[in-house]
Amino acid sequence: MAIEANGKTFETDEEGYLTNLGEWEPAVADVMAKEDDLELTDEHWEIINFLREYYEEYQIAPAVRVLTKAVGKRLGKEKGNSKYLYSLFPYGPGKQACRFAGLPKPTGCI
Amino acid sequence: MSEQIKKFMYINRRAPYGTIYAWESLEVVLIGAAFDQDVSLAFMDDGVFQLVKGQDTVDVEMKNFSPTYKALGDYDVTNLYVEKESLEERGLTLEDLMPLTYEDEDDDWAEKDSIRLVSRAEMADIMDEQDVFFSF
Repeated sequence: MAIEANGKTFETDEEGYLTNLGEWEPAVADVMAKEDDLELTDEHWEIINFLREYYEEYQIAPAVRVLTKAVGKRLGKEKGNSKYLYSLFPYGPGKQACRFAGLPKPTGCI
Repeated sequence: MSEQIKKFMYINRRAPYGTIYAWESLEVVLIGAAFDQDVSLAFMDDGVFQLVKGQDTVDVEMKNFSPTYKALGDYDVTNLYVEKESLEERGLTLEDLMPLTYEDEDDDWAEKDSIRLVSRAEMADIMDEQDVFFSF
């Protein structure tokens, strides 16, 4: 599988996650969001960027409960709950946001 | 519910690279952490090398997954037993290991060490208390 973004082709796995994490650019997230009928806002980007930083630091995509806790700590309590995160990413903040961020499927996500 | 919680111990005896055991163990720990069991990790023999700081895998062309051990605290995995004799036999001390911490929810989120240095005899006692072992 593959997606087209910014005039380039990006290879993805059978679940739609980027095969080569290093290829990611913001346009990839925009295209993936459009396919899911979402328009990315600053609030979405805050979580996507947070996930990319988390991956940079720990080399894993966090499970959703770990993400929720970490977001609450870093971005404030009103954002560190699943209601807020699911309102942004209806297909699951772990799975969907990680996919937009170019990360693998979260470790510990079942 | 309490009778359903079992003590799970993951035993790590191998060097981090060269085989896939160390990374597989860490992934199973992170996945298993979702099940709310009482989880601890044991590092013995060459397994203590998994926690050494300053790992550089460029020349072996494998992913350096050592930063992932720092995420264990986020996953509520806070008991990492390291066998003292295994460290000494390899010329290592606690200072050679990555500082791994967790935030204690019951103590106003105070940052605490996850690594517990134990003797071979103490390790045997800790193992005696476990219900389930995963050996890597």
